[in-house]
Amino acid sequence: MHADTSAATPTADEARSPRALDTPPSGPSGLAKTATGITGLDEITNGGLPRGRPTLVCGSAGCGKTMLAAEFIVRGAAQYGEPGVFMMFEETAEELSANVRSLGFDLDALQQQGQVALDYVRVERSEIEETGEYDLEGLFIRIGHAVDRIGAKRVVLDTIEALFAGLPNHAVLRAELRRLFRWLKDRGLTTVITGERGEASLTRFGLEEYVADCVILLDHRIIDQVSTRRLRVVKYRGSAHGTNEYPFLIGHRGISVVPITSMRLDHAASDERVGTGIEGLDAMLSGRGVHRGASVLVSGAPGTGKSSLGVAFAHAACLRGERTLLFAYEESPDQLRRNMRSIGVDLAGWQARGLLDIHASRPTLYGIEQHLVHMYDLVRERRPAVVVIDPISNLTMTREDRMLKPSLMRLVDFLKQVGVTALFTDVTNDTDVSVLDAELGISSLMDTWIRVSNVSDGGERARAIRVLKSRGMPHSNHNAELVFTTRGLQVKGSS
Amino acid sequence: MTSAPADWMNPVSADTDEDPEFQLKLYVAGQTSKSVTALNNLKRLCETRLKGRYRLEVVDLLRNPQLAAGDQILAVPTLVRRIPEPMRKVIGDLSNEERVLVGLDVQVLPRCAP
Repeated sequence: MHADTSAATPTADEARSPRALDTPPSGPSGLAKTATGITGLDEITNGGLPRGRPTLVCGSAGCGKTMLAAEFIVRGAAQYGEPGVFMMFEETAEELSANVRSLGFDLDALQQQGQVALDYVRVERSEIEETGEYDLEGLFIRIGHAVDRIGAKRVVLDTIEALFAGLPNHAVLRAELRRLFRWLKDRGLTTVITGERGEASLTRFGLEEYVADCVILLDHRIIDQVSTRRLRVVKYRGSAHGTNEYPFLIGHRGISVVPITSMRLDHAASDERVGTGIEGLDAMLSGRGVHRGASVLVSGAPGTGKSSLGVAFAHAACLRGERTLLFAYEESPDQLRRNMRSIGVDLAGWQARGLLDIHASRPTLYGIEQHLVHMYDLVRERRPAVVVIDPISNLTMTREDRMLKPSLMRLVDFLKQVGVTALFTDVTNDTDVSVLDAELGISSLMDTWIRVSNVSDGGERARAIRVLKSRGMPHSNHNAELVFTTRGLQVKGSS
Repeated sequence: MTSAPADWMNPVSADTDEDPEFQLKLYVAGQTSKSVTALNNLKRLCETRLKGRYRLEVVDLLRNPQLAAGDQILAVPTLVRRIPEPMRKVIGDLSNEERVLVGLDVQVLPRCAP
């Protein structure tokens, strides 16, 4: 029954849709794709949804289906010059416009410009009597009329399953839906069909049976009282795609799927070195500090001076005239500024000069995804050379680590991709072995790993600092002492 | 309305100049067998059960696709009773007269003499 969909023949596909050549096809098969413009989704799908074919987006009520569909239409019209038709079966055009206006999408304006057509299809079971044969040609005509009127390339059917409640004869309906999806495909329309999640199947009425090309599942759950949204590409015929569950958010600029970059190991490696802001520590790293674009992990127990190391790193970057982002998850900016003044660092001065941004918040308040999205946004917007995250462990401790690790890894990866030199601090306890195990997940991603610890020596407490690893350079194997002075941090006894 | 006349159907049939009791519209999409069957069934029913009380208009959506949204037409053929309110719809080829009458909420009276 899916004979029509089985061959991912790019030539036939492109012939149907002349615009297919405008965007480079991706994927090994060269399957033409339509970018959604939704942050992260196009990366996961290697370029977007299958061009000229239907995609099913399913999930339970409130999972964000309509929002995704609306963004697909709005961005298509506004960013890609592809007008779109939004057929809605559950809310009215006014309700939809109001709902997406909060995300900064002006459907009314796009409608007036002839870029978007909205049609609310209402089926009221109580006012319909049925006798004899019929088909859904009326629906076809409505879609076709809207498509022709604005020259649409994209269509959304949200949620067409509502028809099952309105039309008593499901056999006719199913046959007609099959014909409809085929018809949309024949017309080369890139279509998003939404469906309500069923108990035993992906959609309540088994729409996945008719839409064979691409299926995306959305999920919304509450974990530790924090609302969490996930997206998964269940199926994508003829194309490689990320298979993980990806966290996503509905933020003030629409949907953001968190793994903005997929995990790749193709970032450029720089030979340039940047100082850590501490002379003695640079000495331990063959005298020149870390590689530009490297990821640096500073781990240690509370009170060992990790935050100060992070700030020294940021300070050094500002001295070099490089824009720096500092994410502080334990202290308020004010507290941080005061504390750092005590070791001779004037953060406020750097802020005033526009070189430093400090973002302080508690990750538990919103959940990790929101923070990650916020970080991605800021990094893209500010384009910093150096990012300090203090501590990254605060992002992990509040929730199930298992689920977060991929997101954090992607954050590290993302910073590398964009060439940012990043320093992460990580709070651990002082017992060596178990901590090493616990840290392995994140530390393996790091190019340089510095460890600070408390040592008691004859009634006096001191801080020891040590380079556990530093890729691509000879480094000291010795413990040195980390000392706080009013003129900054110093490392003594480094060789 | 703007419905263009087609050869095979008479767009408006009425047997009275007054505002009739029943104002009906039959939406079809071209001259399909279902359309023709529905129109024939409807004309017969009107003549036998609603004589002197109705006005019938036929809308071909292939000619006037913009009219489909107004009356929320999905299925064709669809018979719409706009007057009296509330709106009622009967979908299908109208082959079962009794169900059409139920759908139109017409009091079942004895057949008028032809």
